[in-house]
Amino acid sequence: MATVVELPIHSFEGIVDPDWCPGCGDFGVLKAVKMGASKAGVLPKDLVVVSGIGCSSNLPGYVHSYGVHSLHGRAVAVATGIKLANTDLKVVITGGDGDGYGIGIGHFIHAMRRNLDLTYVVMDNQIYGLTTGQASPTTMKDARTKSTPYGNVEMPLSPLALALVSGATYIARGYSGEPNHLADLIAGGIQHHGFSLIDVFSPCVTYNKLNTYAYFKKRVYRLEDEKGYDTSNAKAAMEKANEWGDRIPIGVAYKSEQPTYEDSVAAFKKGPLAHQSMQIDKGVFQTLIDENM
Amino acid sequence: MNEVTVGIGGAAGDGIDKSGDTLAKSCSRSGLHAYAFNSYQSVIRGGHIWLKLRVGEEKVQTQGDHLNALIALNQDSIERHAPSVESGGAILFNADKLKVNIPIRDNVLTVPLPVSQLTKPFPPAAPVMQNTVALGALVFLLGMEFEITKEVLGDTFKHKGQGVIDQNVGVARAGYDYAKEHFVPLGYKWTFSRKRRPFLTGNEALSIGAVAAGCRFYSAYPMTPASGILTWMADHADRCGVVVKQMEDELAVANVAIGAGYAGTRAMCATSGGGFALMTEAIGMAGMIEAPVVFVEVQRGGPSTGIPTKTEQADLNQVYGASQGDFPRAIIAPTNTRDCFDSAVESFNLADKYQLPVIIITDLQLSEHPETVDPEFFPSKVPIDRGEIVSEWKATDGKFKRYQFTKSGVSPRALPGTAETMYTAATDDHDETGVLISDVFCNSAVRRKVAEKRMKKMDLVLRDLPAPKLEGKAGAEVTLIGWGSSEGVIREAVQQLNASGLSANNIQFKYLLPFHSKEAIELLKNCKRTICVEMNSTGQFARHLRAETGHSVSAQILKYDGEPFEPGDVAAQVRAIVKGEKRSLDVTEAEAREIGYHHVRVYMNEEVRPGAITKVGANGYGEPVWQVEIVNRDSGTKAGELLVGVETGSTHSWKPAN
Repeated sequence: MATVVELPIHSFEGIVDPDWCPGCGDFGVLKAVKMGASKAGVLPKDLVVVSGIGCSSNLPGYVHSYGVHSLHGRAVAVATGIKLANTDLKVVITGGDGDGYGIGIGHFIHAMRRNLDLTYVVMDNQIYGLTTGQASPTTMKDARTKSTPYGNVEMPLSPLALALVSGATYIARGYSGEPNHLADLIAGGIQHHGFSLIDVFSPCVTYNKLNTYAYFKKRVYRLEDEKGYDTSNAKAAMEKANEWGDRIPIGVAYKSEQPTYEDSVAAFKKGPLAHQSMQIDKGVFQTLIDENM
Repeated sequence: MNEVTVGIGGAAGDGIDKSGDTLAKSCSRSGLHAYAFNSYQSVIRGGHIWLKLRVGEEKVQTQGDHLNALIALNQDSIERHAPSVESGGAILFNADKLKVNIPIRDNVLTVPLPVSQLTKPFPPAAPVMQNTVALGALVFLLGMEFEITKEVLGDTFKHKGQGVIDQNVGVARAGYDYAKEHFVPLGYKWTFSRKRRPFLTGNEALSIGAVAAGCRFYSAYPMTPASGILTWMADHADRCGVVVKQMEDELAVANVAIGAGYAGTRAMCATSGGGFALMTEAIGMAGMIEAPVVFVEVQRGGPSTGIPTKTEQADLNQVYGASQGDFPRAIIAPTNTRDCFDSAVESFNLADKYQLPVIIITDLQLSEHPETVDPEFFPSKVPIDRGEIVSEWKATDGKFKRYQFTKSGVSPRALPGTAETMYTAATDDHDETGVLISDVFCNSAVRRKVAEKRMKKMDLVLRDLPAPKLEGKAGAEVTLIGWGSSEGVIREAVQQLNASGLSANNIQFKYLLPFHSKEAIELLKNCKRTICVEMNSTGQFARHLRAETGHSVSAQILKYDGEPFEPGDVAAQVRAIVKGEKRSLDVTEAEAREIGYHHVRVYMNEEVRPGAITKVGANGYGEPVWQVEIVNRDSGTKAGELLVGVETGSTHSWKPAN
């Protein structure tokens, strides 16, 4: 690998400051995204941060880079288009659990299946925060929220398990209370050649009184500290993906090297689409007409 | 004009498409013009398929009103179409299994072909060989050259090897020779110009236009009748350097195209009405973040799933209303096959120049029917205007403002990867630099100016687009108005009207948004009587025209049965309107027969068909009824009687014969 030139974090400082609630987990994620991009040696001009809609989806506006603050649930699709249009770019998707695991889950699964070279950071606070506290796809069973006043009757989905069966090739979980650790996970995701998911516990201090900093602080442990844990073992990863209770794992759960979608498509061999000439070859064009005669 | 119209009828799976294509290319390579329309159904096998091919020495722009030769591949096709074959024409069929069991017109040649005998020397036997025999025979009867058909068959089956070519050429030759031995030609005298022209569909012309214009990214989810663009793009992806991405749904299709457009690649996606409904939120995003993308809406019969393999122009309201809020976009309705190419080129340039979504609206008829187009209308080099893209920015140039408020409304655009021009494109409203004005920085003055900046671009787009024109002589008794694909049929109806002594002219609208209101008002105020012709049941364009110009059309000709307009039918309706006749919505005799067929196909079997049809007045159903006899196909004996309401079309009763 080429030498990585780490830019200082302030190189990624956006124009405005976040308007998140004081204490929001997303502050830690924002810091980790900037650190991660820096550690991965990405220049602001080559970084595109793409989000959907939600509190956490405001993140691109706080980073000095290119960004698209797209529609609710559509960040992965927009990011796919950007990456395919210009494979030289580093595309990082940031959003919440409602955005990615609820309304946008279709795109999420298919992007993993395609193993596109994208990095997806999900700020999972297990609640809809921007709409003031309704149950999300990762809200725990029996949890009381504005839309489940008698307790949530649905089972939460397991993002890491879903990623494993969907073909993601870098699957990790972080905690915004540990931003340095998270930054390493994000840098690893950016450097990974393929689809990387980094699910992040990012507590909502206003609307989720269950999954708090205190809740995670006493439960999370690092997989890299587990003796003999092998990130290439999908079976072991599945076990860790579903571990929930007194101990909850963070760190890289699974990693494998597979060809990406971009590796497999002929049109990319000539370089990024966005840099190619628009003018069609005259001879090629003539065949398009002649074959209809 | 020297021309002939051939009909090929059969079931899906009979290979009608291929036969029609071979015949059309044989004519086209001789230098004749051709236009085909395949009336098919959403089934893989079975169902009634009806392909009409019109061939002429001059440009043919519709399937026309005539039927001069019929190739019937099943009994059903003989019964439905043999009576329409005009005097001087011919009916070709496989004598081994079919017969003409229905009255036909005088001086129509019946050509029973002994298919199994003729194909025997060319094994292996295949049902599709009956088409090839008939094709060969028809080439003789129409006075075409067999050598050219041989050449076309050679090209068509090249990928299958010499054995298959020899078999097909042999079978076709056997049909040709058999006809030569037993019949005299129908008397067509052609002047073959030998000019070669591509024979292609609107979907193909649009795709070729797109790649010529530099489209390098195409996304889609399969949906009839837009799938033709997807398959064309996929087939030509490597050759043209296009990334073709089939996505999981139309939400993804639209958003991935916007991502690609934002990042600097010319991107397009296509779908039909249902898929377009899913894309609408994204179209508003393209308007808001000012990303260039071309969307194609190929209409089919609606509402909802509707009639997927039938044509209609009923998505106009949807396209106009797509997405919430006010945002700049252009809507273009190509008026013919050649124009599909031009419209694609224009759309990419508008999208880039004005940084907005452009919607091309076509329909099944335009997108799927093939016709010959003069090759000079497809230049390899087309104008490519990418608009204002910043390639270099220095810190000394000051802060880059992606959404700078300018007099024109067009702001400098920078592509990701460019240094010093970083910005975030947001769907929340934003200021000049892209900072959100939706939350803490909400500001009514900034909001007003950014909203105006965006919409100002529409004035420039309008200035770039040609204004609508009156075709034909001014001062005509009747002016026909249409939009999009109906240009050909309206032009031909106008010719027929003028020839029959009713002076007519027409206006065809292609650019639907922004709309040339001023110019349209000028045109319309000099028209004596305006009749809007469109393929929907509520007159969607007439209503839009009224909104834009204040002009209420004098009358409307609407069609929504799924089959395209025919010029003679349009002309007849115009004459009826001029005479002051009120349009009847009663079931016609021909429709009563079709309802009879529907009953037979759903509830009965292939052994029966509709027979004699009579109208009866008083009965217990509160309306006159069509009494449709159902008879046995072989013996002609009556199997029963169906009563169909003349007004409601309801199948009131079925009485089996004793």
